[in-house]
Amino acid sequence: MMRCRPFRYHAPRTVAEAAKILRGEGPDAMVLAGGTDVIPNLKRKQFAPRTLVALRRIGELRTASDDGLTLGAATTLDAIARHAALPEAHRAARIAASKVATPQIRNRGTIGGNLCLDTRCTYYDQSAEWRQAIDFCKKAPGPHGTAIETPVEQGICWVAPGSPRCWAVSSTDAAPALIALGAEVTLVSADGERTIPLTDLYADDGMAFLTKKRDELLTAVRLPAAVEGWRSTYWKLRRRGAFDFPILGVGAALKLDAGGTVEAARVVLGAVASRPLPVDTSGLVGGPLSDEAIDAFAAKAAGPAKPLDNTDFTLHWRKRVVRAWVAGALRELRGDDSEEASLLSRSAARIPEPLSV
Amino acid sequence: MSKPEPKKVITHHDKDPDELRVIGRPRRRVDGRAKVTGQTVFADDMKLPRMVHAKIVRSPHPHAAIRSIDVTAALQAPGVLLVLTGADMPIPYGILPVSQDEHPLCPDVARFVGDPVAAVIAETEEAADAAMPLVAIEWEPLTTVASAEEALSTPEPRIHEYGDDGNVHKRIALQFGDVEESLGKSVHVFEDVFFYEGNTHLPIEQHATLAARDGDGKLVVWSSTQTPHYLHRALAKALDFPAHQVRVIATPNGGGFGGKSDPFNHEVVAAKAALVLDRPVKICLTREEVFYCHRGRHPVKMRFRTGTDADGNITAMDLETLLDGGAYGSYGVASTFYTGALQTVTYEIPRYRFRACRTFTNKPPCGPKRGHGTVQPRFGQEVQLDKIAVAVGKNPADLRLQQLCKPDTLTANYLTVGTIGLRQCIDAVVDGSSFRDRWQKLPEGRGLGIACSSYLCGAGLPIYWNAMPHSGVQLRLDRMGAVTAFCGATEIGQGSDDVLAACVAEVLGIAADDIHIRTGATDTTPIDLGSYSSRVTLMMGNAAIEAAERAKTLLVGAAARKLGIPPSRIALADRRVFDVEDPEKVGMSFRDACCAAEAEHGTLGTVGSYAPPRSPARFKGGGVGPSPTYSYSAAVVEVEVDPVTGWLHVPKIWIAHDVGRSLNPVLVRGQVEGSVYMGLGEAIMEEQVFRRLPAKMSNAAVHKFPSMLEYKSPTSLDMPEIVTYVIEDPDPKGPFGAKEVGQGPLLPIMPAVANAVFDAVGVRIDETPITAEKIARALDLRDKGKDARVGPKAFPSIDWPEGLEVPPPWEGGDGRATNDPKAKHYRAPEERGQEMMSDAARQKATAAQRASQSKSGRVSKEVRS
Repeated sequence: MMRCRPFRYHAPRTVAEAAKILRGEGPDAMVLAGGTDVIPNLKRKQFAPRTLVALRRIGELRTASDDGLTLGAATTLDAIARHAALPEAHRAARIAASKVATPQIRNRGTIGGNLCLDTRCTYYDQSAEWRQAIDFCKKAPGPHGTAIETPVEQGICWVAPGSPRCWAVSSTDAAPALIALGAEVTLVSADGERTIPLTDLYADDGMAFLTKKRDELLTAVRLPAAVEGWRSTYWKLRRRGAFDFPILGVGAALKLDAGGTVEAARVVLGAVASRPLPVDTSGLVGGPLSDEAIDAFAAKAAGPAKPLDNTDFTLHWRKRVVRAWVAGALRELRGDDSEEASLLSRSAARIPEPLSV
Repeated sequence: MSKPEPKKVITHHDKDPDELRVIGRPRRRVDGRAKVTGQTVFADDMKLPRMVHAKIVRSPHPHAAIRSIDVTAALQAPGVLLVLTGADMPIPYGILPVSQDEHPLCPDVARFVGDPVAAVIAETEEAADAAMPLVAIEWEPLTTVASAEEALSTPEPRIHEYGDDGNVHKRIALQFGDVEESLGKSVHVFEDVFFYEGNTHLPIEQHATLAARDGDGKLVVWSSTQTPHYLHRALAKALDFPAHQVRVIATPNGGGFGGKSDPFNHEVVAAKAALVLDRPVKICLTREEVFYCHRGRHPVKMRFRTGTDADGNITAMDLETLLDGGAYGSYGVASTFYTGALQTVTYEIPRYRFRACRTFTNKPPCGPKRGHGTVQPRFGQEVQLDKIAVAVGKNPADLRLQQLCKPDTLTANYLTVGTIGLRQCIDAVVDGSSFRDRWQKLPEGRGLGIACSSYLCGAGLPIYWNAMPHSGVQLRLDRMGAVTAFCGATEIGQGSDDVLAACVAEVLGIAADDIHIRTGATDTTPIDLGSYSSRVTLMMGNAAIEAAERAKTLLVGAAARKLGIPPSRIALADRRVFDVEDPEKVGMSFRDACCAAEAEHGTLGTVGSYAPPRSPARFKGGGVGPSPTYSYSAAVVEVEVDPVTGWLHVPKIWIAHDVGRSLNPVLVRGQVEGSVYMGLGEAIMEEQVFRRLPAKMSNAAVHKFPSMLEYKSPTSLDMPEIVTYVIEDPDPKGPFGAKEVGQGPLLPIMPAVANAVFDAVGVRIDETPITAEKIARALDLRDKGKDARVGPKAFPSIDWPEGLEVPPPWEGGDGRATNDPKAKHYRAPEERGQEMMSDAARQKATAAQRASQSKSGRVSKEVRS
């Protein structure tokens, strides 16, 4: 089997203790939440931290607030998918969590881990031997990779060899959905804590994709209180019904008035750039959610999406599908397909069985 | 010197189902309990005292000469005991006698990324892993050849010094009757080019091997192999170690599908290290390394030129195939023949020409995967038939039904069709899916497609030429009433242990669970050639019946004397041996009968063996394709296609399989459904493809995604509803009438999906996998008024050799080539012309063949899952 390089392992019991360790260890430390992504990456030697700081013993990271709207970062994805206290308006969060990977991974994987998920690329998510065969790339420019999130001015990006940057893809399902819902996240370091809009956690760079400082720990996600008239969904595109990371995610939330006019809208695309990509929704607001409005918006939304040849499916097709997926998500929010789901919505937005358990 | 008469094979195919107590009844498989409770010991579960671990250092270059290897630093690393290189094992090996082109570790040239170059053996796997980068290799990169077309256009540098020429491994040209003449006279000639993408087996168990020296110095190798006997031969050769001092034990395979039927470099490496260190050596491959073992489906480009009459009946077929073989021979020569072998056993093809070319490329070697070599041309043939049906205005089910092969006939290429349940298969899936009412009548975006296929029930010839049995079974009976069945066959999940138990239990009148099964160990079990070509049920089953009949004779004789009745009145059932005229009162327990027999004959043991009948094909290359009998399958697939994105969904599949007779219906259904699963994966997503970097910047050619995450294979959520029909028409050649079921039902799925997509949205996807993106591209073409098709544009020009000419049986042929100077009955071209039959004579002969009527078969009740 594949083997990790040796590392030191800390499992603090409090957030304060974890923050202190992170401060002390410097850039060679990595946070280990569910481990469903970090451990395989360690085995492939994509990075080689000297220290892992595990969150498994920190009980405060697994609690939810009484109103159910603040979730500890170590809440499992499965728990979020089943989180009945979450208002119906925030359905997108439950759909997104329920569509990550597999039941086994959702049982271990956490919401904080999914939000901080390493960007992905089919040139990068490979073993050390494979990467040696292409003479490595910018994101992991040697046989032992590099510390996560540390830009290194060497190596090439094979996805776009002429480009100075890394084009690895933001592959979190949770982020597009939660940004569409207006979520905030709390970051704690030895210096104290700060709360920022979730969208500000991300930067459009395959390597420096988080604005979080290395010694900051993401501790909680806060969703706004549900307001009458809001509804949300998340459409995920992947080849199979399980396992796969998104090759497109559409998080969408709308507020409709009684007459069907859009009062507010947030639409965020996942997996088409190195960060979750918010779409300008000003064209939607103030009008009805007509077929024409949806199609015009979807066409415009597809513009900034820049899929590249580093995920499943071809980039041309992925670009083409953005429009259909955005339109599909909005039609679902309008109330279409409630009786007989269309082929696309069955594939993209069907909530798997665990929710009914 | 006269040859001995072939022995009579008792198959019991004519038994009435009501007479059978074990066969045909749904049972829990004999190895089921151990698997479900986790007690099955796979190779990687094994641990021995003082065991050490091996890891293999592999080439990072697709094609490169090894200038030097320095192992000094690696040897000094903590825990490292031994580093092996190519120089330690200079003798080549390979599965086919004609392709002895592999080394355990490359001695001079690496031929693909992942080719093994050195092995590090250490106290722990971590220590071996850590020392791997310390093996210093100096490389000289060579030109990369990455596709079959590139291999044709790049004769130098040669990837191997053997083969036909340049980077062409093998060319084949066979002609059965004057195909050009028939095409010239045909009402229609359809010409289509298809491409079938390569894909791999993806067994859940990664290959693992444990090798050790026995206390007395002999070598023992436990390995997840489908072919312990062939591995035994390769180990003895590559290690230059006496074959009789080697024992190979095939551990239960966690899936094989053909991917564990070659002898592998890691097996030889572990054995060599065990011999050198005199310690047990374990190696378990990573998933990535399994992708490098490969031996999976060859990528095949093919051209069909098919002539028909006005009704769409085939008059002649001309097939060319081009195979991308990867870096080594493997089973490739056989795979190449198989791309043209079985076209003739489903529909009558009066004249047939087949030309094939296998190339070497700098990629992991291709070989046999479920349906070996026949899958790719079956895809092309069945999609082309769909096009023919549309062109001549026939329902595609009827087009097939009107020209099915007849039972007990010879084909143009001298294959013997025995029983054929294809008509019943087609009827079952057509009725089940309401195909006649719904084909071409569903709304836009929904469609149905039909396809059929056939497969071998064991290859007629072994891998290496010999006149010995293909399968042997030995029985041991003792005074406790215990029966142990020994056979070299390998349980790879397909249920062969259960087949062995069932055949013996049926004859001896005991339960399958009563029997101790010992299989796949070359030191204790008689040779069986291995779990490949769907040969085990038929061959081992018949050997088991023979061994059991011989044991039964001993028991019956002893019991008859004891009971004072004639042996003809004795029967065995329900663990009793009794008088059929007074079953309740006159009889004894099975155990008492064993005691009586042991008292009379001494220690009880019997053997049975099986060799397939000799094929009527006498031409060179005629050894690939013959089988004791053939299984048949038909499938209807329903699809939904999104007309904007091309998104493809398969909600339901109807599949019928002619299995002759179900030995255990539960396992038959499992194999049918498993085949549908694997076929659907190949149809809609699986592809073993490679990534090249910009040529200016890199020579790299890497497997695009050697992982189970990115090599897409369907999940349970992607599986459609499957309706299975088991067609039972017991075949005289099969044990209790059984034919194969492990591979055949895979074959119709891929073309049926393609045909269903056409029915849904009117576009043709003439290549696999059939993906949303290809459908979207074809929809764009359709909307622009262009040819709504995605697939290869042309078949490359290949320098074919002069073919062997073998007149079909109905043109006076005797199975021999007329223009093979090596053949005994060589006739010069000018002589041959006069001997060809006139058209009138040929038609008469064909009509006589067609006169024989199809036998009716039984359709078991519909099974839903």
